[in-house]
Amino acid sequence: MTWSATARGAHQPDNTAFTQQRLPAWQPLLSASITLPLFFCAGLAFIGLGLGLYYSSNGIKELEYDYTGDPGTGNCSVCAAEGQGRAPPPNCSCAWYFSLPELFPGPVYLYYELTNFYQNNRRYGVSRDDAQLSGLPSALHNPVNECAPYQFSATGLPIAPCGAIANSLFNDSFSLWHQRRPGGPYVEVPLDRAAIAWWTDYHVKFHNPPLVNGSLALAFRGTAPPPNWHRPVYELSPDPNNTGFINQDFVVWMRTAALPTFRKLFARIRQGNYTAGLPRGAYRVNITYNYPVRVFGGHKLIIFSNISWMGGKNPFLGIAYLVVGSLCILMGFVMLVVYIRYQDQNEEEDDDE
Amino acid sequence: MQRESGSAEEPEPPGRRWRRREGRTRTVRSNLLPPPSAEDSVAGATKGERLQRLGCVQHLADNRLKTTKYTLLSFLPKNLFEQFHRLANVYFVFIALLNFVPAVNAFQPGLALAPVLFILAVTAFKDLWEDYSRYRSDHEINHLGCLVFSREEKKYVNRFWKEIRVGDFVRLRCNEIIPADILLLSSSDPDGLCHIETANLDGETNLKRRQVVRGFSELVSEFNPLTFTSVIECEKPNNDLTRFRGCIIHDNGKKAGLYKENLLLRGCTIRNTEAVVGIVIYAGHETKALLNNSGPRYKRSQLERQMNCDVLWCVLLLVCMSLFSAVAQRLARYQEADSEEEEVPRGGSSQRGSIGSHQSVRILHRSQSTKSYWRTGSRAEAKRASMLSKHTAFSSPMEKDITPDPKLLEKVSECDRYLAISRHQEHPLAQLSPELSDVFDFFIALTICNTVVVTSPDQPRQKVRVRFELKSPVKTIEDFLRRFTPSRLTSGCSSIGSLATTKSSHKSGCSFMSTLSNDSMLLRLEERLGQPAPAIDSNGYSTPADSWEPNSPQEPQPKQELRFEAESPDEAALVYAAKAYNCALVDRLHDQVSVELPHLGRLTFELLHTLGFDSIRKRMSVVIRHPLTDEINVYTKGADSVVMDLLLPCSSDDARGKHQNKIRSKTQNYLNLYAMEGLRTLCIAKRVLSKEEYACWLQSHLEAESSVDNREELLFQSAIRLETNLHLLGATGIEDRLQDGVPETITKLRQAGLQIWVLTGDKQETAINIAYACKLLDHDEEVITLNAESQEACAALLDQCLHHVQSRGSHRPPEKTESSVNVGFSPLYLASTTTTVSGPSPSLVIDGRSLAYALEKNLEDKFLFLAKQCRSVLCCRSTPLQKSMVVKLVRSKLKAMTLAIGDGANDVSMIQVADVGVGISGQEGMQAVMASDFAVPRFRYLERLLIVHGHWCYSRLANMVLYFFYKNTMFVGLLFWFQFYCGFSASAMIDQWYLIFFNLLFSSLPQLVTGVLDKDVPAHVLLLKPQLYKSGQNMEEYRPRAFWLNMVDAAFQSLVCFFIPYLAYYDSDVDMFTWGTPITAIALFTFLLHLGIETRTWTWLNWTACVFSIFLFFTVALIYNASCATCYPPSNPYWTMHTLLGDPVFYLICLIAPITALLPRLFFKALQGSLFPTQLQLARQSAKKFPKKPKTHKEILVQKHFPGDPKTELSEGMTMSPSETLSKDCASEASQNTQQPSCSLKTSRELSTVDISMPLREDTMQEGLDAQALGSSRPVEAVLEACPEDSKRKPTSTSQEPPLSSLFNLPSFGSLNWISSLSMVSGLGSVFQFSRSSLHMDKQDGEFPPSPPQPDQDLHGLQGQATDYF
Repeated sequence: MTWSATARGAHQPDNTAFTQQRLPAWQPLLSASITLPLFFCAGLAFIGLGLGLYYSSNGIKELEYDYTGDPGTGNCSVCAAEGQGRAPPPNCSCAWYFSLPELFPGPVYLYYELTNFYQNNRRYGVSRDDAQLSGLPSALHNPVNECAPYQFSATGLPIAPCGAIANSLFNDSFSLWHQRRPGGPYVEVPLDRAAIAWWTDYHVKFHNPPLVNGSLALAFRGTAPPPNWHRPVYELSPDPNNTGFINQDFVVWMRTAALPTFRKLFARIRQGNYTAGLPRGAYRVNITYNYPVRVFGGHKLIIFSNISWMGGKNPFLGIAYLVVGSLCILMGFVMLVVYIRYQDQNEEEDDDE
Repeated sequence: MQRESGSAEEPEPPGRRWRRREGRTRTVRSNLLPPPSAEDSVAGATKGERLQRLGCVQHLADNRLKTTKYTLLSFLPKNLFEQFHRLANVYFVFIALLNFVPAVNAFQPGLALAPVLFILAVTAFKDLWEDYSRYRSDHEINHLGCLVFSREEKKYVNRFWKEIRVGDFVRLRCNEIIPADILLLSSSDPDGLCHIETANLDGETNLKRRQVVRGFSELVSEFNPLTFTSVIECEKPNNDLTRFRGCIIHDNGKKAGLYKENLLLRGCTIRNTEAVVGIVIYAGHETKALLNNSGPRYKRSQLERQMNCDVLWCVLLLVCMSLFSAVAQRLARYQEADSEEEEVPRGGSSQRGSIGSHQSVRILHRSQSTKSYWRTGSRAEAKRASMLSKHTAFSSPMEKDITPDPKLLEKVSECDRYLAISRHQEHPLAQLSPELSDVFDFFIALTICNTVVVTSPDQPRQKVRVRFELKSPVKTIEDFLRRFTPSRLTSGCSSIGSLATTKSSHKSGCSFMSTLSNDSMLLRLEERLGQPAPAIDSNGYSTPADSWEPNSPQEPQPKQELRFEAESPDEAALVYAAKAYNCALVDRLHDQVSVELPHLGRLTFELLHTLGFDSIRKRMSVVIRHPLTDEINVYTKGADSVVMDLLLPCSSDDARGKHQNKIRSKTQNYLNLYAMEGLRTLCIAKRVLSKEEYACWLQSHLEAESSVDNREELLFQSAIRLETNLHLLGATGIEDRLQDGVPETITKLRQAGLQIWVLTGDKQETAINIAYACKLLDHDEEVITLNAESQEACAALLDQCLHHVQSRGSHRPPEKTESSVNVGFSPLYLASTTTTVSGPSPSLVIDGRSLAYALEKNLEDKFLFLAKQCRSVLCCRSTPLQKSMVVKLVRSKLKAMTLAIGDGANDVSMIQVADVGVGISGQEGMQAVMASDFAVPRFRYLERLLIVHGHWCYSRLANMVLYFFYKNTMFVGLLFWFQFYCGFSASAMIDQWYLIFFNLLFSSLPQLVTGVLDKDVPAHVLLLKPQLYKSGQNMEEYRPRAFWLNMVDAAFQSLVCFFIPYLAYYDSDVDMFTWGTPITAIALFTFLLHLGIETRTWTWLNWTACVFSIFLFFTVALIYNASCATCYPPSNPYWTMHTLLGDPVFYLICLIAPITALLPRLFFKALQGSLFPTQLQLARQSAKKFPKKPKTHKEILVQKHFPGDPKTELSEGMTMSPSETLSKDCASEASQNTQQPSCSLKTSRELSTVDISMPLREDTMQEGLDAQALGSSRPVEAVLEACPEDSKRKPTSTSQEPPLSSLFNLPSFGSLNWISSLSMVSGLGSVFQFSRSSLHMDKQDGEFPPSPPQPDQDLHGLQGQATDYF
């Protein structure tokens, strides 16, 4: 063709496949014949995957107990009733007794769960000061406005940690006691409360303000604890690596949950005799009942769970894969019918043409 | 160059307009004069002059060009102001600003502004860049140099353009560009002429002649600016390129008029003239060229309109969602006031919270909806538009060939010889027989009665030439008397001897016409584009039948290459035709015209007057002094209807008179024949003036010329006085050949469901014939003709027609055939509407006057209703204004999409008004193209433009719009569902960065690629099945139903994409953003998969775009999540993505959610594709199944659908014709593997057709020679008859196609305005030729029904019709 060489005008676009829209192309036609194998393949793969997921999820054990203290649900109802309408609620303890007929395989995780608690509420979620939590001395004394109304205390002191999230820190605590033999003594099961937060949160995101004269308390001088707190932030734990802003419970709490029903890791059980899990026997969980949930219609649960490769117990994914896989197969069959019945017609039509 | 012909519609005579503006004038003086003091203002000078002294009172623009929109300071506010004209931008900025209000903010305020700012910035940057380019080009232009006379140095010095001021004297040399509007005061040309090329202005490449201001042309010595003391009064700056009035007042109080011919317009180029000097009248932005710059109309597509409507729906939907959320939140707060109290004390009233969160929700939602739509959408659109226009911008060389008829040629040379011999005799013309004399006169008239300028490229004319002692036009009676003394010599270069001034005895036309027994002079020109073909053909005074000579004689080439520059292609055509008869125009000067004949040598005619063409007179005349006889001749060339009426009445008593009458009636017959063939006919006539007559006329004419007021009217009267008592010399018929493939294109467009209207300035008869020729009208269909003389008649006729149309269902009334047609021709203008007409409908023909009535307010509805019923509508004699009115009317009243296509300046208004304006580039200048949205070089590319690109465009756009609505709805849906789980607090689980940039960055690119590149059906299938185009017309892909289905699907998908992660992470310790990020990823995958389902054509770009999007998302997420631990409150993205990548659940939900979401869509699409495929899908299937099937298969397909169009495949063949231009098409097709075979096949078929047709043509020619042409054409016609759909089609140019090889091309035609206005339709002949011959071959043995219905169109006709001449 002499075209491109000679006859190109000044405004001629390049005679490339792109500008002339002649790129080589794959032009699939959506019809029964092409989707047929697709449906079957996807269906089979999903069913296979679904089965695997289902069984692996089923292998996970979970033990949960609602200690909200609704009337008649155990001794926590006393605490619940006591705390009713009182702020701050009085110190109260209750216990949950349970027994394991067989080994609860480890590693066992201890979670607490709250329901109907909207940590994802927008105004709740923004009520924090990440700069303050990262230990910036300037931010410590000047919380951001988002923290309001938990920005400054009634006396005008800056609140540290400021904001609604910190103020509503979950402050129940649990201890686990194991009774090896019936009637025997309860032995405290060691709870590993370290490293329950994200590594990055603990090491990167959250920092205590620089110590003043080696004292964290002095570093926090001039600040007030959140109104709901009974003790200042630097006394959250006696362990200097677990107090202040880097208190693991606090860090975990500050990672706001996505959904109104959420659980948060409280501790792991992997020490001492309990590396392999919780052995058979009776157990008691001592609960320090502080956190009021009944005011907002919520519940508090305590959960023992182990995990598999895909996380905690959740049969949904396996079921979903199974259902979708079956649907695919079903659609595949429909397609097959369509393909067989109408293919002939099409061919006849084509022959006519 | 206005092709306007309708005189009745002329809004007001130009004279009146001028008078009205008289008060507003500009006065220009030489800058070289010292400023006049107050005392200088003598009584002669008017007050106005003094006041308007340069630079004092009157502000005159300098010559600096400034097209930039902005300055450094004004850029930001101005640009922002412009951008905020787009309401979407305002909306987004408003929303973003709302974010700064703490109560309602949804995002970090700065972040919310980011996308809007980004978009604004991108646009601003683009504007800035464009403006900078403009600035640079302005700068360049401003710093061009030119010679300006300097008062200090007393000579011309080099100055920049920008330094030129009004009143400066500028000296320009050959090929320089004119820097401002300059009044021509001196020219190196001895006659005070100067030629300019206006290509920069209007695209016309012919040279236009400009003339030194009268009074200055007599200066013998070099013009000295210092002596220029006159004052120039002229109009205020205006944008009318074709008009300039003013006068120059000399010191002595004398006035001389200034006209358009005196003005050199900025931007034009000086040609053929060594140097000119002029005074600047208008400078810079007051020049006519710059005043003519105006912006185009903003056009919106129907789709866009519907889309806007759907956008409103979306907004409504969002408002509903927001309201719902707000109310729900309020309720939630009431119910759970305690819990709220726990976390957030009741700082603000719940009312405020409610409103606030309402706003927040809305902000949240809007951030998805439509935000990036506009951007991406418009980007893609622009991209596509530019690609489209590029794609169709093929260049096309023009060619023209003229093959003279040998007999006539012989006669001409006979005359030539005789005259050469008898030159020195007393009565040279007396030696000729009257017939020959007329022949001679005819060709002389043909050659000189025009405004054609002879040029040799880029060479200034030589000064060496013999000058007359006296200048013409004749100024005074004394001049006249002096000039007509018998002893005067007229000598040309080739030394024509002295000729006696005696009158020749042949002046009475009657006697001469006697020998023109059979017919008037026949001359036929064929003009064509592209295809090499023969062009001129004529037979002399011999037989009426064909006299084809199989061996077309070679035209003797003149020694020197001559180019004819004509304002109208028809003029040039006639000159070329004369040249083909060895009567060549070799020189045209202001006052003389030289014609060269082979034997006689150069004849130089003294040009006394040129009475230019106007649309009222419809003729032009030249007054010359004949060098051989020295008598004064008037040659008139004009529309046949006009000229015929002006002929010298001859009595029917004597033999001569009878004969003359006979000749006239014969001529009229031929004119009619030509008219029926669609030729543009002209009559040429002559008048011999006696000296006394001339003197008498001259006196009045001079008066008229010198009058300042009312000059036009007086000149008009004067011309009318001269052009009477004419003697008919002959007639010409110029064929405006249809371009290649016009009938086929029209057929296809019809099949595509377009309603085609032709709006033409041509005569009704011509227009009808053209319409038949291009198959717009069919001979067996009914034609309703609307010709009304008055408003009432028009109303009555309309009623009658309506009644008729409504009642015609029962019986088909007899056809109204137009047997008494005249002729004309017309550019084709199509206004296509989406209205599809069902069944055989009549066609409507309406003339300009009736159209004017019909477009009146009270009748327009009726007219439109009638027109709607008609298959095609033909509006003849319409003015440009009417054209645009019709288009506007159709657009607004019928709610139709209109496409206007045209090639001339008179189509510009129509093109601008239509929804889609298409300009055909080339012959009639570039105005149409510059006004258009799309430009095509040939009419038949319209088929490709509409049926292929139009369809693609629609389907892409429709798909893209649907997809965008889907995408945004689905994304908003995700957020909406979350509101149920966050207490309707308007919080988002998706990180705000993702929210804001998701549409902008992650998911827009694949969309863009698909929007630009997707092709739902391959081009060749679309071309084969034009009816597929209807899917676009009927908005099949973007209907409300499709929209709502899409929305439902989007809702479903968002449900799936929300609840699968929700359930998968239910009751876990997942935090907000670790949960939201997978949702974002899922949404991205779903979008891409969805797009995958919607994409019909996968190229590597699609794949790349998809992969890139995913890659970009993860890269950005990883980087963003690792960048800063505490930076992005309130979101907490740190290390989220990294954690997720280690979480198997993330992969698992990313796999299942998109697939589940798309399962129903895929399923139903596949089902629908198999069970109820649409036409488009069927077409795709067939394209896929038979990609390599030979052409025959497709032909069968076509014939199956359209049994009435046996020529469809031929038109395909034509597009593949071997000419260079077309091979591009072929190349482009060929590169698609699947098409290669069919392409080559087409080419070969076409070649073979040519082969076959050759012998056939030879036959015809020879038979024609034997005066039995009827016999030979009849079989062919009969064959056509045999095919019912083709019946009565006239083989317009049938027999005159000589072998391709024998054509000779006149060189460098590209720059000539060769093709007449209808060039778009030219080339029809050859198509017919092919089709006819192939039909012939197919059915050679078939029986021929007797008696063809039409008189044999033997193509020799000639008749003149000057209607559309200019």
